Amino acid sequence: MAAVTPLVQVDGVRKEFGGVVALQGVTLDIDPGEVVALVGDNGAGKSTLIKIIAGVHQPTDGQILLEGEPVRLNTPTDSRQHGIEVVYQDLALADQQPVYMNMFLGRELVRGPLRRMDRDGMAKETQQLLDELDVRVPSPRAIIRDLSGGQRQGVAIARATHWAQRLVLMDEPTAALGVQETGRVEEIILRMRDRGRAILIVSHSLDQVFRLSDRICVLRRGEQVGIKTTSETDGDEIVSMITGLR
Amino acid sequence: MSVAPASPERTPKAATGPKRSVAARARALDPRSYVVYVAFLLILAFFAITLSDDGFLTTNNLLNIVDQTAPITVIAVATVFVLSAGEIDLSIGSVVALSALIAAVVLRDAGLVAGVLAGLATGVAVGLVNGLFVTVFRLPSFLVTLATMGLVAGLARSITDLKSVAVTNFTFTDFFGSGDLGPVSSLILWTIGTVALGHFVYRHRRFGAHVLATGDNAAAARVSGIRVNRTKVAVLVLSATAAALAGLLYAGRLQGANYNLGSSDLLLVISAVVIGGTRLFGGSGSVVGALIGSLIMGVLNNGLILAGLSASEQLIAQGVLLLLAISLTLREPKA
Ligand SMILES: Nc1ncnc2c1ncn2[C@@H]1O[C@H](COP(=O)(O)OP(=O)(O)OP(=O)(O)O)[C@@H](O)[C@H]1O
Ligand SMILES: [Mg+2]
Repeated sequence: MAAVTPLVQVDGVRKEFGGVVALQGVTLDIDPGEVVALVGDNGAGKSTLIKIIAGVHQPTDGQILLEGEPVRLNTPTDSRQHGIEVVYQDLALADQQPVYMNMFLGRELVRGPLRRMDRDGMAKETQQLLDELDVRVPSPRAIIRDLSGGQRQGVAIARATHWAQRLVLMDEPTAALGVQETGRVEEIILRMRDRGRAILIVSHSLDQVFRLSDRICVLRRGEQVGIKTTSETDGDEIVSMITGLR
Repeated sequence: MSVAPASPERTPKAATGPKRSVAARARALDPRSYVVYVAFLLILAFFAITLSDDGFLTTNNLLNIVDQTAPITVIAVATVFVLSAGEIDLSIGSVVALSALIAAVVLRDAGLVAGVLAGLATGVAVGLVNGLFVTVFRLPSFLVTLATMGLVAGLARSITDLKSVAVTNFTFTDFFGSGDLGPVSSLILWTIGTVALGHFVYRHRRFGAHVLATGDNAAAARVSGIRVNRTKVAVLVLSATAAALAGLLYAGRLQGANYNLGSSDLLLVISAVVIGGTRLFGGSGSVVGALIGSLIMGVLNNGLILAGLSASEQLIAQGVLLLLAISLTLREPKA
Protein backbone atom coordinates (compact mmCIF):
# COMPACT_ATOMS: atom_id res chain seq x y z
CA MET A 1 0.00 0.00 0.00
CA ALA A 2 2.63 2.52 1.04
CA ALA A 3 4.87 1.40 -1.83
CA VAL A 4 2.61 2.91 -4.48
CA THR A 5 3.66 6.45 -5.42
CA PRO A 6 0.60 8.68 -5.40
CA LEU A 7 -0.37 10.17 -8.75
CA VAL A 8 -0.59 13.65 -7.34
CA GLN A 9 0.82 14.96 -4.09
CA VAL A 10 -0.11 18.36 -2.74
CA ASP A 11 2.70 19.03 -0.29
CA GLY A 12 2.37 21.75 2.34
CA VAL A 13 0.78 24.23 -0.03
CA ARG A 14 0.21 27.78 1.14
CA LYS A 15 -1.38 30.55 -0.88
CA GLU A 16 -1.67 34.21 -0.03
CA PHE A 17 -3.51 36.86 -2.01
CA GLY A 18 -2.00 40.12 -0.90
CA GLY A 19 -2.36 39.77 2.85
CA VAL A 20 -5.17 37.21 2.74
CA VAL A 21 -4.16 33.63 3.47
CA ALA A 22 -6.39 31.46 1.27
CA LEU A 23 -4.62 28.17 1.93
CA GLN A 24 -2.05 27.00 4.44
CA GLY A 25 -0.30 23.72 5.03
CA VAL A 26 -2.55 21.74 2.71
CA THR A 27 -1.33 18.22 2.09
CA LEU A 28 -3.24 15.70 0.02
CA ASP A 29 -2.41 12.60 -2.02
CA ILE A 30 -4.51 11.31 -4.89
CA ASP A 31 -4.02 7.80 -6.27
CA PRO A 32 -4.66 6.71 -9.84
CA GLY A 33 -8.33 5.98 -10.56
CA GLU A 34 -9.46 7.53 -7.30
CA VAL A 35 -12.22 10.09 -6.78
CA VAL A 36 -11.41 12.56 -4.03
CA ALA A 37 -14.02 15.10 -2.99
CA LEU A 38 -12.96 18.49 -1.73
CA VAL A 39 -15.48 20.03 0.65
CA GLY A 40 -15.63 23.08 2.87
CA ASP A 41 -17.60 26.25 3.49
CA ASN A 42 -17.64 29.25 1.19
CA GLY A 43 -14.19 30.79 1.09
CA ALA A 44 -12.55 27.69 2.56
CA GLY A 45 -10.05 27.66 -0.31
CA LYS A 46 -11.39 24.84 -2.49
CA SER A 47 -11.31 26.76 -5.78
CA THR A 48 -7.90 28.15 -4.89
CA LEU A 49 -6.49 24.65 -4.47
CA ILE A 50 -8.05 23.55 -7.75
CA LYS A 51 -6.57 26.56 -9.53
CA ILE A 52 -3.12 25.88 -8.11
CA ILE A 53 -3.15 22.33 -9.47
CA ALA A 54 -4.59 23.69 -12.74
CA GLY A 55 -1.67 26.11 -13.14
CA VAL A 56 -3.87 29.20 -12.84
CA HIS A 57 -2.35 30.25 -9.49
CA GLN A 58 1.10 29.52 -8.15
CA PRO A 59 1.52 28.46 -4.52
CA THR A 60 3.21 30.96 -2.21
CA ASP A 61 4.87 28.03 -0.50
CA GLY A 62 4.88 24.23 -0.77
CA GLN A 63 4.85 22.16 -3.93
CA ILE A 64 2.94 19.83 -6.20
CA LEU A 65 4.42 16.43 -7.09
CA LEU A 66 3.31 14.24 -9.96
CA GLU A 67 4.23 10.58 -9.56
CA GLY A 68 6.79 11.63 -7.00
CA GLU A 69 8.43 14.34 -9.12
CA PRO A 70 8.07 17.99 -8.08
CA VAL A 71 6.61 20.02 -10.97
CA ARG A 72 6.22 23.72 -11.68
CA LEU A 73 2.74 24.50 -12.94
CA ASN A 74 3.09 28.11 -13.99
CA THR A 75 0.34 28.23 -16.61
CA PRO A 76 -2.74 26.17 -17.50
CA THR A 77 -0.73 24.91 -20.45
CA ASP A 78 1.89 23.45 -18.09
CA SER A 79 -0.80 21.54 -16.23
CA ARG A 80 -2.37 20.30 -19.43
CA GLN A 81 0.98 19.08 -20.63
CA HIS A 82 1.24 17.06 -17.44
CA GLY A 83 -2.07 15.39 -18.22
CA ILE A 84 -4.26 17.49 -15.92
CA GLU A 85 -7.58 18.83 -17.23
CA VAL A 86 -10.15 21.07 -15.56
CA VAL A 87 -13.93 21.20 -15.78
CA TYR A 88 -14.96 24.70 -14.78
CA GLN A 89 -18.43 25.49 -13.58
CA ASP A 90 -19.23 27.71 -16.54
CA LEU A 91 -16.02 29.17 -17.81
CA ALA A 92 -14.62 27.08 -20.53
CA LEU A 93 -16.88 26.57 -23.54
CA ALA A 94 -17.02 28.84 -26.55
CA ASP A 95 -20.74 29.36 -27.05
CA GLN A 96 -20.95 30.12 -30.75
CA GLN A 97 -18.76 27.20 -31.77
CA PRO A 98 -19.83 23.62 -32.47
CA VAL A 99 -19.36 20.84 -29.93
CA TYR A 100 -16.45 19.28 -31.82
CA MET A 101 -14.53 22.57 -31.96
CA ASN A 102 -14.89 22.93 -28.22
CA MET A 103 -13.71 19.38 -27.76
CA PHE A 104 -10.54 20.23 -29.68
CA LEU A 105 -10.20 23.90 -28.64
CA GLY A 106 -6.53 24.87 -28.87
CA ARG A 107 -5.64 21.36 -30.09
CA GLU A 108 -7.43 21.22 -33.43
CA LEU A 109 -6.61 18.32 -35.73
CA VAL A 110 -5.05 19.24 -39.06
CA ARG A 111 -4.23 17.23 -42.15
CA GLY A 112 -2.54 17.58 -45.51
CA PRO A 113 0.29 19.81 -46.67
CA LEU A 114 -1.81 22.95 -46.19
CA ARG A 115 -2.51 21.94 -42.60
CA ARG A 116 -6.25 22.25 -43.11
CA MET A 117 -8.34 21.67 -40.04
CA ASP A 118 -9.80 18.19 -40.14
CA ARG A 119 -13.38 19.07 -39.23
CA ASP A 120 -14.79 15.70 -40.23
CA GLY A 121 -12.13 13.91 -38.21
CA MET A 122 -12.81 16.05 -35.15
CA ALA A 123 -16.56 15.57 -35.46
CA LYS A 124 -16.12 11.82 -35.78
CA GLU A 125 -13.83 11.49 -32.76
CA THR A 126 -16.19 13.70 -30.79
CA GLN A 127 -19.15 11.51 -31.68
CA GLN A 128 -17.25 8.41 -30.56
CA LEU A 129 -16.31 9.93 -27.24
CA LEU A 130 -19.80 11.27 -26.57
CA ASP A 131 -21.19 7.82 -27.33
CA GLU A 132 -18.74 6.11 -24.99
CA LEU A 133 -19.62 8.42 -22.11
CA ASP A 134 -23.29 8.46 -23.13
CA VAL A 135 -23.38 12.25 -23.35
CA ARG A 136 -26.50 12.96 -25.38
CA VAL A 137 -26.26 15.92 -27.72
CA PRO A 138 -28.11 16.23 -31.05
CA SER A 139 -24.89 16.18 -33.05
CA PRO A 140 -21.17 16.87 -32.62
CA ARG A 141 -21.79 19.78 -35.00
CA ALA A 142 -24.46 21.32 -32.75
CA ILE A 143 -23.66 24.81 -31.51
CA ILE A 144 -22.98 25.00 -27.75
CA ARG A 145 -25.44 27.89 -27.38
CA ASP A 146 -28.28 25.53 -28.37
CA LEU A 147 -27.48 22.95 -25.66
CA SER A 148 -28.88 22.65 -22.14
CA GLY A 149 -26.69 23.26 -19.10
CA GLY A 150 -26.36 19.53 -18.49
CA GLN A 151 -25.41 18.84 -22.08
CA ARG A 152 -22.77 21.57 -21.93
CA GLN A 153 -21.27 20.16 -18.76
CA GLY A 154 -21.35 16.73 -20.42
CA VAL A 155 -19.32 18.17 -23.28
CA ALA A 156 -16.86 19.79 -20.88
CA ILE A 157 -16.42 16.52 -18.97
CA ALA A 158 -16.03 14.55 -22.18
CA ARG A 159 -13.34 16.98 -23.27
CA ALA A 160 -11.48 16.60 -19.99
CA THR A 161 -11.77 12.81 -20.20
CA HIS A 162 -10.40 12.85 -23.70
CA TRP A 163 -7.33 14.92 -22.91
CA ALA A 164 -6.55 14.12 -19.27
CA GLN A 165 -3.84 11.49 -19.01
CA ARG A 166 -3.70 11.71 -15.24
CA LEU A 167 -6.16 13.86 -13.38
CA VAL A 168 -9.42 15.70 -13.90
CA LEU A 169 -10.22 18.66 -11.66
CA MET A 170 -13.88 19.64 -11.29
CA ASP A 171 -15.02 22.76 -9.47
CA GLU A 172 -18.72 22.45 -8.66
CA PRO A 173 -19.55 20.81 -11.99
CA THR A 174 -23.25 20.49 -11.22
CA ALA A 175 -23.83 23.72 -9.27
CA ALA A 176 -25.80 25.27 -12.12
CA LEU A 177 -27.84 22.17 -12.94
CA GLY A 178 -31.26 20.86 -11.99
CA VAL A 179 -31.85 17.51 -10.30
CA GLN A 180 -32.20 15.44 -13.44
CA GLU A 181 -29.28 16.99 -15.26
CA THR A 182 -27.16 16.59 -12.14
CA GLY A 183 -27.98 12.89 -12.16
CA ARG A 184 -26.94 12.60 -15.80
CA VAL A 185 -23.68 14.43 -15.19
CA GLU A 186 -22.90 12.23 -12.18
CA GLU A 187 -23.34 9.17 -14.38
CA ILE A 188 -20.91 10.66 -16.86
CA ILE A 189 -18.41 11.35 -14.07
CA LEU A 190 -18.63 7.72 -12.92
CA ARG A 191 -18.05 6.46 -16.45
CA MET A 192 -15.06 8.73 -16.67
CA ARG A 193 -13.70 7.29 -13.44
CA ASP A 194 -14.20 3.80 -14.86
CA ARG A 195 -11.80 4.82 -17.61
CA GLY A 196 -9.11 5.17 -14.96
CA ARG A 197 -8.87 8.92 -14.54
CA ALA A 198 -8.20 10.27 -11.07
CA ILE A 199 -10.72 12.92 -10.12
CA LEU A 200 -10.62 15.79 -7.65
CA ILE A 201 -14.10 17.21 -7.34
CA VAL A 202 -15.37 20.22 -5.40
CA SER A 203 -18.98 20.01 -4.34
CA HIS A 204 -21.32 21.63 -1.86
CA SER A 205 -23.72 18.71 -2.07
CA LEU A 206 -22.82 16.09 0.52
CA ASP A 207 -25.21 13.62 -1.11
CA GLN A 208 -23.25 14.00 -4.29
CA VAL A 209 -19.96 13.66 -2.47
CA PHE A 210 -21.10 10.39 -0.92
CA ARG A 211 -22.40 9.10 -4.25
CA LEU A 212 -19.20 9.81 -6.16
CA SER A 213 -16.11 9.83 -3.97
CA ASP A 214 -13.69 7.32 -2.50
CA ARG A 215 -12.26 9.79 -0.03
CA ILE A 216 -13.27 13.18 1.29
CA CYS A 217 -10.86 16.01 2.03
CA VAL A 218 -12.23 18.76 4.25
CA LEU A 219 -10.90 22.33 4.18
CA ARG A 220 -11.75 24.89 6.81
CA ARG A 221 -10.56 28.47 6.45
CA GLY A 222 -7.73 27.44 4.21
CA GLU A 223 -6.55 24.56 6.38
CA GLN A 224 -6.90 20.88 5.68
CA VAL A 225 -8.75 19.54 8.72
CA GLY A 226 -9.01 15.90 7.75
CA ILE A 227 -9.28 13.29 5.05
CA LYS A 228 -11.84 10.48 5.49
CA THR A 229 -12.53 7.33 3.56
CA THR A 230 -16.06 7.82 2.28
CA SER A 231 -17.29 4.36 3.25
CA GLU A 232 -16.06 4.84 6.80
CA THR A 233 -17.66 8.17 7.58
CA ASP A 234 -21.07 9.80 7.44
CA GLY A 235 -22.67 13.14 6.70
CA ASP A 236 -22.75 14.24 10.32
CA GLU A 237 -19.03 13.74 10.79
CA ILE A 238 -18.22 15.62 7.58
CA VAL A 239 -20.56 18.48 8.48
CA SER A 240 -18.96 18.84 11.88
CA MET A 241 -15.53 18.90 10.27
CA ILE A 242 -16.64 21.56 7.80
CA THR A 243 -18.13 23.78 10.46
CA GLY A 244 -15.70 22.97 13.25
CA LEU A 245 -18.63 22.35 15.63
CA ARG A 246 -19.29 19.13 17.40
CA MET B 1 -14.53 -5.52 -31.77
CA SER B 2 -11.38 -3.57 -31.10
CA VAL B 3 -10.41 -3.64 -34.76
CA ALA B 4 -13.76 -2.55 -36.14
CA PRO B 5 -13.77 1.10 -35.04
CA ALA B 6 -10.16 1.63 -36.10
CA SER B 7 -10.19 0.23 -39.63
CA PRO B 8 -12.93 2.25 -41.41
CA GLU B 9 -10.91 5.42 -40.78
CA ARG B 10 -10.89 6.58 -44.39
CA THR B 11 -12.81 4.04 -46.43
CA PRO B 12 -16.44 4.89 -45.69
CA LYS B 13 -15.68 8.51 -46.41
CA ALA B 14 -15.98 7.98 -50.15
CA ALA B 15 -19.24 6.10 -49.73
CA THR B 16 -21.13 8.15 -47.17
CA GLY B 17 -18.92 11.20 -46.83
CA PRO B 18 -20.35 13.56 -49.44
CA LYS B 19 -23.98 12.86 -48.58
CA ARG B 20 -23.44 13.35 -44.88
CA SER B 21 -21.36 16.46 -45.27
CA VAL B 22 -23.99 18.12 -47.49
CA ALA B 23 -26.67 17.30 -44.96
CA ALA B 24 -24.45 18.50 -42.14
CA ARG B 25 -23.70 21.68 -43.98
CA ALA B 26 -27.38 22.32 -44.62
CA ARG B 27 -28.07 21.80 -40.93
CA ALA B 28 -25.24 24.11 -39.96
CA LEU B 29 -26.64 26.92 -42.13
CA ASP B 30 -28.03 29.66 -39.97
CA PRO B 31 -30.97 31.35 -41.73
CA ARG B 32 -29.21 34.66 -41.13
CA SER B 33 -26.23 33.45 -43.10
CA TYR B 34 -28.03 33.14 -46.42
CA VAL B 35 -30.26 36.20 -46.04
CA VAL B 36 -27.35 38.21 -47.44
CA TYR B 37 -27.25 36.20 -50.67
CA VAL B 38 -30.98 36.59 -51.17
CA ALA B 39 -30.72 40.31 -50.46
CA PHE B 40 -27.89 40.63 -52.95
CA LEU B 41 -29.93 38.95 -55.69
CA LEU B 42 -33.00 41.05 -54.87
CA ILE B 43 -31.04 44.29 -55.04
CA LEU B 44 -29.44 43.20 -58.32
CA ALA B 45 -32.84 42.29 -59.75
CA PHE B 46 -34.35 45.53 -58.54
CA PHE B 47 -31.74 47.69 -60.26
CA ALA B 48 -31.68 45.44 -63.33
CA ILE B 49 -35.38 46.15 -63.82
CA THR B 50 -35.62 49.78 -62.76
CA LEU B 51 -32.34 50.85 -64.39
CA SER B 52 -32.45 48.67 -67.50
CA ASP B 53 -32.32 51.77 -69.71
CA ASP B 54 -29.40 53.28 -67.83
CA GLY B 55 -26.93 50.51 -68.61
CA PHE B 56 -26.89 48.93 -65.15
CA LEU B 57 -26.83 45.36 -66.41
CA THR B 58 -24.00 45.79 -68.93
CA THR B 59 -20.90 43.65 -68.39
CA ASN B 60 -18.87 46.80 -68.28
CA ASN B 61 -20.89 48.31 -65.50
CA LEU B 62 -20.94 45.13 -63.45
CA LEU B 63 -17.18 44.67 -63.76
CA ASN B 64 -16.79 48.31 -62.88
CA ILE B 65 -18.71 47.69 -59.65
CA VAL B 66 -16.34 44.88 -58.68
CA ASP B 67 -13.35 47.11 -59.50
CA GLN B 68 -14.65 49.93 -57.38
CA THR B 69 -15.39 47.72 -54.40
CA ALA B 70 -11.98 45.99 -54.47
CA PRO B 71 -10.35 48.12 -51.75
CA ILE B 72 -13.45 47.78 -49.56
CA THR B 73 -13.49 44.02 -50.05
CA VAL B 74 -9.80 43.72 -49.18
CA ILE B 75 -10.28 45.59 -45.90
CA ALA B 76 -13.58 43.80 -45.21
CA VAL B 77 -11.88 40.40 -45.38
CA ALA B 78 -9.48 41.47 -42.63
CA THR B 79 -12.26 43.11 -40.65
CA VAL B 80 -14.08 39.76 -40.50
CA PHE B 81 -11.10 38.52 -38.46
CA VAL B 82 -11.06 41.62 -36.25
CA LEU B 83 -14.76 41.50 -35.40
CA SER B 84 -14.65 37.72 -34.97
CA ALA B 85 -11.92 38.19 -32.37
CA GLY B 86 -14.23 40.54 -30.48
CA GLU B 87 -12.27 43.66 -31.44
CA ILE B 88 -12.84 46.53 -33.84
CA ASP B 89 -10.48 48.65 -35.93
CA LEU B 90 -11.69 52.18 -36.60
CA SER B 91 -8.33 53.35 -37.92
CA ILE B 92 -8.59 51.58 -41.28
CA GLY B 93 -9.80 54.62 -43.25
CA SER B 94 -6.92 56.78 -42.02
CA VAL B 95 -4.39 54.02 -42.68
CA VAL B 96 -5.59 53.87 -46.30
CA ALA B 97 -4.64 57.52 -46.83
CA LEU B 98 -1.35 57.46 -44.92
CA SER B 99 -0.07 54.29 -46.60
CA ALA B 100 -1.06 55.51 -50.05
CA LEU B 101 0.76 58.80 -49.48
CA ILE B 102 3.87 57.20 -48.00
CA ALA B 103 3.97 54.65 -50.81
CA ALA B 104 3.59 57.42 -53.41
CA VAL B 105 6.33 59.58 -51.91
CA VAL B 106 8.81 56.74 -51.39
CA LEU B 107 7.99 55.39 -54.85
CA ARG B 108 8.82 58.75 -56.33
CA ASP B 109 12.05 59.15 -54.34
CA ALA B 110 13.36 55.60 -53.92
CA GLY B 111 11.72 53.36 -56.45
CA LEU B 112 9.02 50.75 -56.83
CA VAL B 113 9.91 48.07 -54.32
CA ALA B 114 10.77 50.55 -51.59
CA GLY B 115 7.49 52.37 -52.20
CA VAL B 116 5.36 49.23 -51.94
CA LEU B 117 7.20 48.02 -48.86
CA ALA B 118 6.96 51.42 -47.18
CA GLY B 119 3.22 51.54 -47.82
CA LEU B 120 2.64 48.09 -46.37
CA ALA B 121 5.04 48.72 -43.47
CA THR B 122 2.94 51.72 -42.53
CA GLY B 123 -0.01 49.38 -42.07
CA VAL B 124 2.01 46.87 -40.08
CA ALA B 125 3.30 49.63 -37.81
CA VAL B 126 -0.13 51.10 -37.09
CA GLY B 127 -1.49 47.59 -36.48
CA LEU B 128 1.32 46.84 -34.01
CA VAL B 129 0.65 50.07 -32.13
CA ASN B 130 -3.06 49.25 -31.96
CA GLY B 131 -2.30 45.70 -30.84
CA LEU B 132 0.18 46.85 -28.22
CA PHE B 133 -2.29 49.20 -26.57
CA VAL B 134 -5.10 46.63 -26.70
CA THR B 135 -3.08 43.78 -25.21
CA VAL B 136 -0.30 45.20 -23.06
CA PHE B 137 -2.32 48.09 -21.66
CA ARG B 138 -5.61 46.15 -21.84
CA LEU B 139 -7.55 48.98 -23.43
CA PRO B 140 -10.67 48.50 -25.54
CA SER B 141 -9.83 48.44 -29.23
CA PHE B 142 -12.74 50.79 -29.87
CA LEU B 143 -10.99 53.60 -27.98
CA VAL B 144 -7.44 52.73 -29.04
CA THR B 145 -8.28 52.71 -32.74
CA LEU B 146 -10.48 55.78 -32.37
CA ALA B 147 -7.37 57.57 -31.12
CA THR B 148 -5.06 56.17 -33.81
CA MET B 149 -7.69 56.98 -36.43
CA GLY B 150 -7.28 60.66 -35.58
CA LEU B 151 -3.53 60.42 -35.14
CA VAL B 152 -2.97 58.68 -38.46
CA ALA B 153 -5.35 61.02 -40.29
CA GLY B 154 -3.33 63.94 -38.92
CA LEU B 155 -0.08 62.36 -40.09
CA ALA B 156 -1.58 61.82 -43.54
CA ARG B 157 -2.50 65.47 -43.76
CA SER B 158 0.83 66.77 -42.52
CA ILE B 159 3.16 64.44 -44.38
CA THR B 160 2.66 66.21 -47.71
CA ASP B 161 1.13 69.37 -46.37
CA LEU B 162 -2.31 68.43 -47.75
CA LYS B 163 -0.86 68.12 -51.24
CA SER B 164 -1.62 65.21 -53.55
CA VAL B 165 1.20 63.09 -54.89
CA ALA B 166 1.05 61.72 -58.44
CA VAL B 167 2.06 58.13 -59.16
CA THR B 168 3.62 57.78 -62.58
CA ASN B 169 5.25 54.38 -62.25
CA PHE B 170 3.23 52.24 -64.63
CA THR B 171 4.47 48.97 -63.23
CA PHE B 172 2.96 50.06 -59.94
CA THR B 173 -0.30 51.36 -61.37
CA ASP B 174 -0.75 48.28 -63.58
CA PHE B 175 -0.10 45.92 -60.71
CA PHE B 176 -2.25 47.77 -58.17
CA GLY B 177 -5.40 48.66 -59.94
CA SER B 178 -5.12 50.12 -63.40
CA GLY B 179 -3.91 47.08 -65.34
CA ASP B 180 -5.57 43.99 -66.77
CA LEU B 181 -4.56 40.37 -67.12
CA GLY B 182 -6.33 39.31 -70.29
CA PRO B 183 -9.99 40.15 -69.79
CA VAL B 184 -9.65 40.43 -66.02
CA SER B 185 -8.66 43.62 -64.23
CA SER B 186 -5.97 43.50 -61.58
CA LEU B 187 -8.54 44.77 -59.07
CA ILE B 188 -10.71 41.71 -59.66
CA LEU B 189 -7.66 39.51 -59.16
CA TRP B 190 -6.87 41.27 -55.89
CA THR B 191 -10.48 40.76 -54.82
CA ILE B 192 -10.48 37.06 -55.67
CA GLY B 193 -7.04 36.56 -54.14
CA THR B 194 -7.79 38.17 -50.78
CA VAL B 195 -11.21 36.57 -50.45
CA ALA B 196 -9.85 33.11 -51.29
CA LEU B 197 -6.90 33.45 -48.94
CA GLY B 198 -9.04 35.00 -46.21
CA HIS B 199 -11.67 32.31 -46.48
CA PHE B 200 -9.08 29.56 -46.37
CA VAL B 201 -7.39 30.92 -43.26
CA TYR B 202 -10.69 31.75 -41.56
CA ARG B 203 -12.41 28.43 -42.16
CA HIS B 204 -9.60 25.94 -42.64
CA ARG B 205 -6.61 26.98 -40.58
CA ARG B 206 -6.31 26.71 -36.83
CA PHE B 207 -5.68 30.45 -36.69
CA GLY B 208 -9.27 31.04 -37.83
CA ALA B 209 -10.59 28.81 -35.07
CA HIS B 210 -8.43 30.60 -32.50
CA VAL B 211 -9.70 33.98 -33.67
CA LEU B 212 -13.29 32.80 -33.26
CA ALA B 213 -12.62 31.29 -29.84
CA THR B 214 -10.91 34.48 -28.69
CA GLY B 215 -13.92 36.58 -29.65
CA ASP B 216 -16.39 34.03 -28.35
CA ASN B 217 -14.95 33.39 -24.89
CA ALA B 218 -11.48 34.78 -24.28
CA ALA B 219 -11.22 33.12 -20.86
CA ALA B 220 -12.08 29.73 -22.31
CA ALA B 221 -9.64 30.26 -25.15
CA ARG B 222 -6.90 31.18 -22.70
CA VAL B 223 -7.33 28.14 -20.46
CA SER B 224 -7.39 26.00 -23.61
CA GLY B 225 -3.88 27.19 -24.38
CA ILE B 226 -4.79 29.64 -27.16
CA ARG B 227 -2.54 32.68 -27.09
CA VAL B 228 -5.29 35.24 -26.89
CA ASN B 229 -3.12 38.35 -26.88
CA ARG B 230 -1.06 37.18 -29.81
CA THR B 231 -4.27 36.49 -31.70
CA LYS B 232 -5.56 40.00 -30.98
CA VAL B 233 -2.33 41.63 -32.14
CA ALA B 234 -2.37 39.45 -35.24
CA VAL B 235 -5.88 40.48 -36.32
CA LEU B 236 -5.16 44.17 -35.72
CA VAL B 237 -1.95 43.97 -37.75
CA LEU B 238 -3.86 42.07 -40.42
CA SER B 239 -6.53 44.74 -40.67
CA ALA B 240 -4.15 47.70 -40.79
CA THR B 241 -2.03 45.89 -43.39
CA ALA B 242 -5.14 45.17 -45.47
CA ALA B 243 -6.01 48.87 -45.22
CA ALA B 244 -2.48 49.69 -46.42
CA LEU B 245 -2.95 47.34 -49.37
CA ALA B 246 -6.26 49.05 -50.13
CA GLY B 247 -4.35 52.34 -50.08
CA LEU B 248 -1.97 50.96 -52.72
CA LEU B 249 -4.97 49.85 -54.81
CA TYR B 250 -6.46 53.35 -54.66
CA ALA B 251 -3.11 54.90 -55.54
CA GLY B 252 -2.76 52.48 -58.46
CA ARG B 253 -6.25 53.04 -59.77
CA LEU B 254 -6.26 56.83 -59.37
CA GLN B 255 -2.55 57.12 -60.25
CA GLY B 256 -1.97 59.30 -57.27
CA ALA B 257 -2.56 59.65 -53.55
CA ASN B 258 -4.09 62.26 -51.30
CA TYR B 259 -5.08 62.54 -47.66
CA ASN B 260 -8.74 62.08 -48.52
CA LEU B 261 -8.42 58.52 -49.77
CA GLY B 262 -10.39 56.03 -47.73
CA SER B 263 -12.25 58.70 -45.79
CA SER B 264 -15.61 57.01 -46.35
CA ASP B 265 -14.33 53.45 -46.14
CA LEU B 266 -14.97 52.77 -42.46
CA LEU B 267 -18.74 52.93 -42.82
CA LEU B 268 -18.64 50.88 -46.02
CA VAL B 269 -16.37 48.19 -44.57
CA ILE B 270 -18.26 47.76 -41.31
CA SER B 271 -21.54 47.69 -43.25
CA ALA B 272 -20.23 45.11 -45.69
CA VAL B 273 -18.93 42.86 -42.93
CA VAL B 274 -22.01 43.08 -40.72
CA ILE B 275 -24.40 42.70 -43.65
CA GLY B 276 -22.30 39.69 -44.62
CA GLY B 277 -23.26 37.95 -41.39
CA THR B 278 -20.27 38.59 -39.13
CA ARG B 279 -21.22 39.06 -35.53
CA LEU B 280 -20.24 42.47 -34.21
CA PHE B 281 -19.33 41.04 -30.80
CA GLY B 282 -17.15 38.20 -31.95
CA GLY B 283 -17.38 34.45 -32.26
CA SER B 284 -18.88 34.02 -35.71
CA GLY B 285 -18.61 35.43 -39.18
CA SER B 286 -18.07 34.80 -42.87
CA VAL B 287 -15.45 35.99 -45.34
CA VAL B 288 -17.55 35.13 -48.38
CA GLY B 289 -20.46 36.92 -46.72
CA ALA B 290 -18.27 40.01 -46.39
CA LEU B 291 -17.52 39.87 -50.11
CA ILE B 292 -21.25 39.76 -50.85
CA GLY B 293 -21.81 42.57 -48.35
CA SER B 294 -19.16 44.62 -50.07
CA LEU B 295 -20.73 43.95 -53.47
CA ILE B 296 -24.13 44.96 -52.08
CA MET B 297 -22.65 48.29 -51.00
CA GLY B 298 -21.05 48.67 -54.44
CA VAL B 299 -24.21 47.77 -56.35
CA LEU B 300 -26.23 50.12 -54.21
CA ASN B 301 -23.76 52.91 -54.74
CA ASN B 302 -23.66 52.33 -58.49
CA GLY B 303 -27.42 51.94 -58.85
CA LEU B 304 -28.10 55.08 -56.86
CA ILE B 305 -25.67 57.08 -58.98
CA LEU B 306 -27.30 55.79 -62.16
CA ALA B 307 -30.66 56.67 -60.64
CA GLY B 308 -29.38 60.20 -60.23
CA LEU B 309 -28.92 60.44 -56.46
CA SER B 310 -26.36 62.90 -55.14
CA ALA B 311 -23.38 61.90 -53.02
CA SER B 312 -25.09 63.05 -49.85
CA GLU B 313 -28.21 61.09 -50.69
CA GLN B 314 -26.07 57.98 -51.23
CA LEU B 315 -24.55 58.42 -47.81
CA ILE B 316 -28.04 58.53 -46.35
CA ALA B 317 -28.97 55.37 -48.26
CA GLN B 318 -25.86 53.59 -46.95
CA GLY B 319 -26.70 54.59 -43.40
CA VAL B 320 -30.25 53.33 -43.76
CA LEU B 321 -29.01 50.05 -45.18
CA LEU B 322 -26.60 49.55 -42.30
CA LEU B 323 -29.39 50.24 -39.80
CA LEU B 324 -31.58 47.74 -41.61
CA ALA B 325 -28.80 45.17 -41.65
CA ILE B 326 -27.95 45.45 -37.98
CA SER B 327 -31.57 45.27 -36.94
CA LEU B 328 -31.91 42.08 -38.94
CA THR B 329 -28.68 40.45 -37.82
CA LEU B 330 -28.16 41.62 -34.25
CA ARG B 331 -31.64 40.75 -33.11
CA GLU B 332 -30.45 37.80 -31.08
CA PRO B 333 -32.79 36.10 -28.67
CA LYS B 334 -31.78 36.89 -25.12
CA ALA B 335 -31.60 33.85 -22.84
N1 LIG C 1 -7.85 35.98 -7.01
C1 LIG C 1 -8.03 36.23 -5.70
N2 LIG C 1 -7.59 37.39 -5.15
C2 LIG C 1 -7.75 37.64 -3.86
N3 LIG C 1 -8.35 36.80 -3.00
C3 LIG C 1 -8.81 35.64 -3.46
C4 LIG C 1 -8.68 35.30 -4.84
N4 LIG C 1 -9.24 34.08 -5.04
C5 LIG C 1 -9.69 33.68 -3.84
N5 LIG C 1 -9.44 34.61 -2.89
C6 LIG C 1 -9.77 34.49 -1.47
O1 LIG C 1 -9.30 33.26 -1.02
C7 LIG C 1 -10.21 32.65 -0.13
C8 LIG C 1 -10.60 31.27 -0.63
O2 LIG C 1 -11.40 31.42 -1.83
P1 LIG C 1 -11.88 30.21 -2.71
O3 LIG C 1 -12.50 30.78 -3.92
O4 LIG C 1 -10.78 29.26 -2.89
O5 LIG C 1 -13.00 29.58 -1.80
P2 LIG C 1 -13.97 28.36 -2.11
O6 LIG C 1 -13.73 27.33 -1.07
O7 LIG C 1 -13.86 27.94 -3.52
O8 LIG C 1 -15.38 29.02 -1.83
P3 LIG C 1 -16.79 28.79 -2.57
O9 LIG C 1 -17.40 27.59 -1.93
O10 LIG C 1 -17.55 30.01 -2.23
O11 LIG C 1 -16.52 28.64 -4.01
C9 LIG C 1 -11.38 33.62 -0.01
O12 LIG C 1 -11.17 34.40 1.14
C10 LIG C 1 -11.26 34.45 -1.24
O13 LIG C 1 -11.78 35.74 -1.01
MG1 LIG D 1 -15.14 28.01 -5.24
